Amino acid sequence: MPQTTQTIIGQYNPVAVMFFVLFVLTTLVITYWAAKRTRTTKDFYAAGRSVTGFQNGLALAGDYMSAASFLGIAGLVSTKGYDGLIYSVGWLVGWPIIMFLISEPLRNLGKYTFADVVAYRLNQRPIRAAAAAGSLVVVLTYLIAQMVGAGTLIKLMFGIPFEVAVLIVGTLMISYVLFGGMIATTWVQIIKAGLLLGGATLLVIMTLYHFGFSYGELFKQAETLYTNKFLEPGGLVTSPLDAFSLGLALMFGTAGLPHILMRFYTVPDARAARKSVFYATGFIGYFYILTVTIGFGAAVIVGQKLIMSIDKGGNMAGPLLAEALGGNLFLGFLAAVAFATILAVVSGLTLAGASAFSHDLFVGVIRRGVAAEKEEVKVAKIATVGLGITAMLLGILFKGQNVAFLVGLTFAIAASANFPALAMSIMWKKFTTKGAVASIYTGLTVATVLLILSPTVWVDIVHKSEKAAWDIKDKVDKINKDLKIAAPGQTLTSEDEAANKKSEKTAAMEIIAADAAIKGKIDTLKKGLKTVPEGTALSPADEESNKQVNNQIDQILTTESPRIYKEKIEAVTLVSPKPQPIFPLKNPGIYSMGAAFLVGILFSLISREKESEAKYEDEKIRSYIGIGAED
Amino acid sequence: MSSKSSKKTTEEILNDEDFKSLSSQKNTISIILTILELVLYFGFIGLIAFNKPFLAQKFSGAITIGIPIAVCTILFSWILTGIYIFWANNKYDVLVKKVREKIGG
Repeated sequence: MPQTTQTIIGQYNPVAVMFFVLFVLTTLVITYWAAKRTRTTKDFYAAGRSVTGFQNGLALAGDYMSAASFLGIAGLVSTKGYDGLIYSVGWLVGWPIIMFLISEPLRNLGKYTFADVVAYRLNQRPIRAAAAAGSLVVVLTYLIAQMVGAGTLIKLMFGIPFEVAVLIVGTLMISYVLFGGMIATTWVQIIKAGLLLGGATLLVIMTLYHFGFSYGELFKQAETLYTNKFLEPGGLVTSPLDAFSLGLALMFGTAGLPHILMRFYTVPDARAARKSVFYATGFIGYFYILTVTIGFGAAVIVGQKLIMSIDKGGNMAGPLLAEALGGNLFLGFLAAVAFATILAVVSGLTLAGASAFSHDLFVGVIRRGVAAEKEEVKVAKIATVGLGITAMLLGILFKGQNVAFLVGLTFAIAASANFPALAMSIMWKKFTTKGAVASIYTGLTVATVLLILSPTVWVDIVHKSEKAAWDIKDKVDKINKDLKIAAPGQTLTSEDEAANKKSEKTAAMEIIAADAAIKGKIDTLKKGLKTVPEGTALSPADEESNKQVNNQIDQILTTESPRIYKEKIEAVTLVSPKPQPIFPLKNPGIYSMGAAFLVGILFSLISREKESEAKYEDEKIRSYIGIGAED
Repeated sequence: MSSKSSKKTTEEILNDEDFKSLSSQKNTISIILTILELVLYFGFIGLIAFNKPFLAQKFSGAITIGIPIAVCTILFSWILTGIYIFWANNKYDVLVKKVREKIGG
């Protein structure tokens, strides 16, 4: 199977720029149109509640599916095979929960934010302060993750500097929200969802065309190239408790994301709210099913080698596949879609953050519930700009950092701080102010602290250098252990000898990785190696030049690796023990969510509020049949 | 629509047979479907954690049984939302309308 060996990804691509400019112009025209229709708080936060169920379904899909879904999951499937599918499923399963437990009561009881629902029959100020804290932490952590991702991906695809990419994304997102509020945000999300679903569908049709519309053929070739292990669950899920905990965070975190919950106020009634979840689940599920074909298709048609040479995480699998199948035109289109994807999500987040700030903190806490509409919109707009600039600055500050943990943190906090309080306020008569406040802060604190102590942060980030040294030591030790040893009185066969040499070279390469300067030198040398398409032979001159380059590399390896091992590996591993996480699970979901529910229940039981129990009857009627719901 | 229900009508609504049946039906359906979704997803996770060889079996050609199972987990999740919509549109909304008419809302 001949695989693509070249790509123009990362170079200036006029087609991509053209599609992108087209998208930006369209959305700016919409923003201008929306700005004229954005007067009241209802317009700004909730698009005048005039969005239909179908439109909101698309907008929810556009709000939810981040670049991590679009590029990340296809990449994960292409590099890790079946294990990537676990994520495809995990990102979807929260949606039915939103429908069964949250969407209708949320629409019937609230006005603009989910805090409206929690505070419905409880003491407004403490609840709003706590809920705003939960919302703002979720929004900020997710925004940073999106911004860093945006900068990196756009740099990869368009070849523009990280900082410039972050500035473009930040400026556009502020413009949409500031001038066009929820109306503009909704349409940006709808257009993005349409482009993303359309682009992915086209990519899948072209992939299947390549295999004569036979999945059998696609998977047969995948198996031939990467063995049957590629089509089976592998090492991603090793500890059942870990998998269970992450699953809980993904599932209930989705039902606690403020920017998603906020969208349910844009529809006219609970019936439309419920309908929009049905459409959203359909669109999102359909998209995740497509990522399976895109991921395996990219692994076969593009090949893992090229995918991982552009980006180790495999994020470019989708765009590379588009390039291989549809050339520059299709690549340019998908790159612009990825840009649009990022913009739609960050706009939704910014709007949710701004509303938590203005509606919950400013009006609910500072002004004790009384403020003029004009003033509230003004504060929301100031918050939009403030939040946008903060997100850009933090995005640039976190450049090059490993921010994957932030996504896990976002979902863990959403599942622990927001979801339990929301669910209990809807379903439990004896829920009290103290219970709600204690539950939100417990979820927030426990999720954050445990995640810091978990392997993802404590080992991978806090003790990054020790971990790197120990990883290399472990790999080298393993290679040395596997070296062939001659039986007493005998010599090694020439094959064994050659195998040992090869292993020693691999070990030396591992060690070299600890020294960036030397590693860079070798990488440059390697780039000078001449290659030809498979099946053809190198010219004698090229062969001679390759031989010399390889000799140079070997020379460096043998002289430098013992020194580096001593200075960079032993210097660390002899002094500090192998870093161990203080909290064993990668995602704290199961404990932090459990703690939030437990604390909420305990505090409610010891602090009965007769008044709120009485109000629960009113709440029940409004929640079930929508009498008195905001229109 | 916006008529504020007085204390008396609140109690009346709460004791209304149709309201009682509507709220208990909705709770039952919501809880059953939530449990089904949990079983579906954590069943899938459970298979990955405890029975990898099962998922690694061949289904058709090179395709392992795990691949259609993953796709079906997504599909069934959507079908569950469809079941809820179907019930809500055909049963729930009718009861809601009935109760609202009774209280002239």
